[in-house]
Amino acid sequence: MEIFLLLLLAFMIIGSLVAIETRNLLSSVISVGVVGFSLSIAFLMLGAPDIAITQVVVEILILVILIRATITTDNTAIEGGRDTFPFVSSLIFFGLFLIFAWFAIQELPRFGEPSMRISRRYLETGAARTGATNIVTSVLLDFRGYDTIGEATVLFTSIVGAFVILRRRGRKQKSEEDREKFGIIEEEEIKKTFEGF
Amino acid sequence: MDKNELINDATKGMTPIVKTVVRFAMGIIVIFGAYIVLYGHLTPGGGFAGGVILACGYIILTLAFGKTLALGKMSNTGASILDNSGALLFITIGLLGYVGGVFFLNFLPKGVRFDLVSAGTIPLANIAIGLKVTASVFAVFVALSIFGRVMYQERIGDDQTEE
Repeated sequence: MEIFLLLLLAFMIIGSLVAIETRNLLSSVISVGVVGFSLSIAFLMLGAPDIAITQVVVEILILVILIRATITTDNTAIEGGRDTFPFVSSLIFFGLFLIFAWFAIQELPRFGEPSMRISRRYLETGAARTGATNIVTSVLLDFRGYDTIGEATVLFTSIVGAFVILRRRGRKQKSEEDREKFGIIEEEEIKKTFEGF
Repeated sequence: MDKNELINDATKGMTPIVKTVVRFAMGIIVIFGAYIVLYGHLTPGGGFAGGVILACGYIILTLAFGKTLALGKMSNTGASILDNSGALLFITIGLLGYVGGVFFLNFLPKGVRFDLVSAGTIPLANIAIGLKVTASVFAVFVALSIFGRVMYQERIGDDQTEE
């Protein structure tokens, strides 16, 4: 069981390395999908069907959106090598991360043996106090409803941002005052200026 | 344009094979998504997973039949309105907890365990989140693929491939 999980984790690491290193954008997106689907199998093996369902569905959605977005842009192949400075600095930060992670991992409870101080109360009294038989939903929407509001707010803000940035044209017309104030120049004026050259 | 005309229009969307399969699969996808949302308090799943499944149904409709049909079913303005009303419904359920004195109190009767109508406000909150996620994920797809494609076509000056 645990060996199979470790194999799955190694497979995921290989997939993410391929996603970074490959030159073709489409195969990079497919490698990201490999990582996501392996993660959902790992969740299923660890006994978390709720998160496994969400992971599969979101992964399919992300694959569709990413393939759609990568096909529309024309830079399917990334040219050029890698710079030295970002590579060296990321290696240094990775080493620092490993050192601090070593100290942090020493403090964690062992795998499969959670300390269960608060979650034990949820597991014991959750079904009786909320009436929901799915304990994950009872924690998400009853005990920790405040966190779910935060999550919904994040989603809402991202949608508003996407609509504002990706909209074709602004709703407000540019007035003469705006042009003087912010120095906005129309395309026709630029063309007219450079006609003589 | 007439609805049947839109469906059978060979110039929009994918091949007739894909369109036929999507026609059969669409109902199953919507029923499964609604099941995941409504039974979120009894079986694995919930508002978020079910909402993404419903949004995937709309996305497959867009991919197979073209944007005219899908945006006729849910336009980007309609998606925004549905998104906002889902968020408002969820916050209203939270604020109604002040009936008992606490934010997010489960004030409705709990009912019999394993019944569809049980667990107080949890199914209502699931439905609100499902509405919100369906609308917002479809809106993200519209914003990223259709808006981006239109801008791309304007940039390269190619307007013959209309979805």
